[in-house]
Amino acid sequence: MAIEFKADNLGDGVKSGDVASIMVAVGDTIEADQIVMEIETDKAVLGLPCPHAGTVTAILVKKGQTIKPGQPVLSLEPSGAPAASVNGGAKAGVVAAIAAPAKAAPASTATIARAPLPESGGRDLPLPAGPATRRLARELGLNLASINGTGSGGRITLEDVARAAAGGGGGRGVVEPPLPDFAQFGPVDRQAFSKLQKTAANNLTLAWQLIPHVTQHDLSDITETEAARKRFVETAPKGTPKVTMTALAMKAAVACLKEFPQFNASYDSSKAEVVLKRYYNIGVAVDTPTGLLVPVIRNVDQKSVLQLAAELTELAGKARDRKLQMSDMQGGTFTITNLGGVGGTAFTPIVNYPEVAILGMSRSQKQLQLIAGDLSERLMLPLSLSYDHRVINGADAARFTVKLANMLSDAFRLLIEC
Amino acid sequence: MADTKTQLLVLGGGPGGYPAAFEAADHGMQVTLVDEGAQPGGVCLNRGCIPSKALLHMAKLINETRESAEHGLTFASPKIDIAKLRSWKDTSVVGKLTGGIRELCRLRGVNLVTARGTFLDANTIEVKHADGKTDRISFEKAIIATGSSPAVPPVFQLGDPRVMDSTGALELADIPGSLLVVGGGYIGLEMGTVYAAFGSKVTVVELTPDLLPGADRDLVRPLQKRLEKQFTAIHLNTKVEALKATRSGIEATLAGEGVAPKQTFDRVLVSIGRRPNNKGFGLEATGVALDEKGFIKVDGQRRTNVPHIYAIGDIAGEPMLAHKATREAKVAVEAMNGGPAEFDNMAIPAVVFTDPEVAWVGMMEREAAAKNIEVKVVKFNWAASGRAITLARSEGLTKLIVDPKTERILGVGLVGVGAGEMIGEAALAVETACVARDLAETIHAHPTLSETIMEAAESVYAQATHSYRPKR
Repeated sequence: MAIEFKADNLGDGVKSGDVASIMVAVGDTIEADQIVMEIETDKAVLGLPCPHAGTVTAILVKKGQTIKPGQPVLSLEPSGAPAASVNGGAKAGVVAAIAAPAKAAPASTATIARAPLPESGGRDLPLPAGPATRRLARELGLNLASINGTGSGGRITLEDVARAAAGGGGGRGVVEPPLPDFAQFGPVDRQAFSKLQKTAANNLTLAWQLIPHVTQHDLSDITETEAARKRFVETAPKGTPKVTMTALAMKAAVACLKEFPQFNASYDSSKAEVVLKRYYNIGVAVDTPTGLLVPVIRNVDQKSVLQLAAELTELAGKARDRKLQMSDMQGGTFTITNLGGVGGTAFTPIVNYPEVAILGMSRSQKQLQLIAGDLSERLMLPLSLSYDHRVINGADAARFTVKLANMLSDAFRLLIEC
Repeated sequence: MADTKTQLLVLGGGPGGYPAAFEAADHGMQVTLVDEGAQPGGVCLNRGCIPSKALLHMAKLINETRESAEHGLTFASPKIDIAKLRSWKDTSVVGKLTGGIRELCRLRGVNLVTARGTFLDANTIEVKHADGKTDRISFEKAIIATGSSPAVPPVFQLGDPRVMDSTGALELADIPGSLLVVGGGYIGLEMGTVYAAFGSKVTVVELTPDLLPGADRDLVRPLQKRLEKQFTAIHLNTKVEALKATRSGIEATLAGEGVAPKQTFDRVLVSIGRRPNNKGFGLEATGVALDEKGFIKVDGQRRTNVPHIYAIGDIAGEPMLAHKATREAKVAVEAMNGGPAEFDNMAIPAVVFTDPEVAWVGMMEREAAAKNIEVKVVKFNWAASGRAITLARSEGLTKLIVDPKTERILGVGLVGVGAGEMIGEAALAVETACVARDLAETIHAHPTLSETIMEAAESVYAQATHSYRPKR
């Protein structure tokens, strides 16, 4: 018996989404929980997994179509028992599968950034602008795709282009010069960017163009904290959540955010105001096979290190199993990205717009330090704090990082201040 | 052997080449236009768009005077003086226009060389004049605009003048008693219309299930209905397997359901498509690369892989239409002069000058479906158009393809008398990203056929004034 797969759940509070791409065709055999289409909401592009295994018999929506929760999107002839649920309208947890743009910039994701493209930009239609407008944009070296149209149907007018050129509006883009023919130097392959990759690229570009980035580097002597942490982990009873340096860093970061509230903020350029947030939700970058995801842990200030450790483990698992809900990735105020498990001495993460700061952690290294004239082997954790220089001045960033480094090296301070 | 130098060489004097030469001269470039035709203007002026439209105009007069009998106006049967008709077409129409190009070359200082050009390398071309003499011209930049030719498969090449391509059919050697048109595309249907009006019994054979393959079915339907009356037979899903010259005519072997397998015709027109002219002019010597279909590969500025050589028109890719070539000419010349030009047009109108005419521009339903793009389609039937009724031609249809989110006009399709003239407004709407309300709230003159575009746009919002859809 054919079943209809309904997109019951597009994420918490999401009332509609556009079909960004359809990844299956009629006749395809799909596995249970295979991502069958990508749904673009105003927040993100999400993979929509179908809980049933079987052969696709009809696709009931079109690319670009707006769908609502509960709408049937495809029908299929099941092959064996459905994995999640037996009835046709199985709850489809939308899984975010935002592609990591590159390992080098791990902290940047599209979960929160708004796509800068005009409404029709993502739907294979030419940009809504007349020839004169397109020409003006070429003359001025502006990327039309980065200019928001104010005309009817989102049409980009000559005035929109002129405004973007004058520095207003959304247009700060530059036209990318044409690429040389690389084939003349040697063989090349071309790979199409997925919708997710494109969205991530757009959002990274937006963050990079919008935010004047500065990165403050520092080292934290975590010799004693790490020793204490190890002792705890080794002696804790079975079933105790694993306390990681990331969990400790979250606590330390919240203490710093409380002392320096402008780091827990967003910048509203249209009103020239800083929005200071009185809640502390911290996003933690998780490397998964589908790409990099940033689940958010809420109210970090009100949770114990053990609670945080438990939540971190749970969310990381969900991320790897592609079970994260949209709501799991929303509402962050500050982001931590820990590359310590991979390596490196420092890096410059990209701020997760519209947040204003992000903390990067690299691999701790044993170094010889002079302490009171004596050489001593110490374990040093490299910290890299990228921030929005419009909101945060350099001295404060240095103070923030110093405080953070001190807290991480002195477990007692951590205890007192958290 | 005279060696000369030129700043810009344009090879081919059709609707791509001559506008390119003019535009370049207007930019102050020193230009040489090499064209092998006795008269410049290319296929369009000499053997295509223009002479066919002259003959179609005559055909229309014949049909209209015949049909007016139904409305109380009866004319005597037309007397066709074929020599005079041919001479009018060749001299007063084609001759006048090609002469105009010659004169415009002179006024602009474009050096028009009537000769066959063959590239020797990426900076030199050899030109061979009608008298066999050759010259070499070295150039700094070049635009290749060599166009296309009718495709005639070897199996149809009998070496018999009774088997014609579009060029032969336009020569109007005689009015055959019967004509087989191989290929139900726009050229076959236009020429079939001409010969049918002049009195030939016309049979059209099309390999695919549809006349005008690729065109919107809603637009083809009214045309097909009328052609079924004008033509003796239209065989779809039918293949012409062989042609054989016999004394009594050309015997065609046809394979199709319910189609007599052997039929003899006085003449045959082979109109199955056109191929880019990419051979025989030394293109290999320039290093310019072709794509897998034989078109020259170009970028947004119409630049080839050899940076100082550009290509425009039919040789540079589909659609093979004169007006596309002309726009490309402007783009290429501006780009080579450092301007911010780009061939980024969204709207390239297509017009089939049959009776009724069929015209469309932008994205039609088929393309939207292929790209999985959701569209809204609105239609306005010409049966509700006052102007169409006064013309006694209410079979037409206007349809708009609209983006359901923004109500932007993505495509327009028209069928009906004068559709070819009406497509101008539609092209403007698509190219400038108009929304349906722009069309609905622009006052259109009454009574004209253009009102059907306004009324179709009205029905995006509610009801068109002259059409009522029951509420669902």
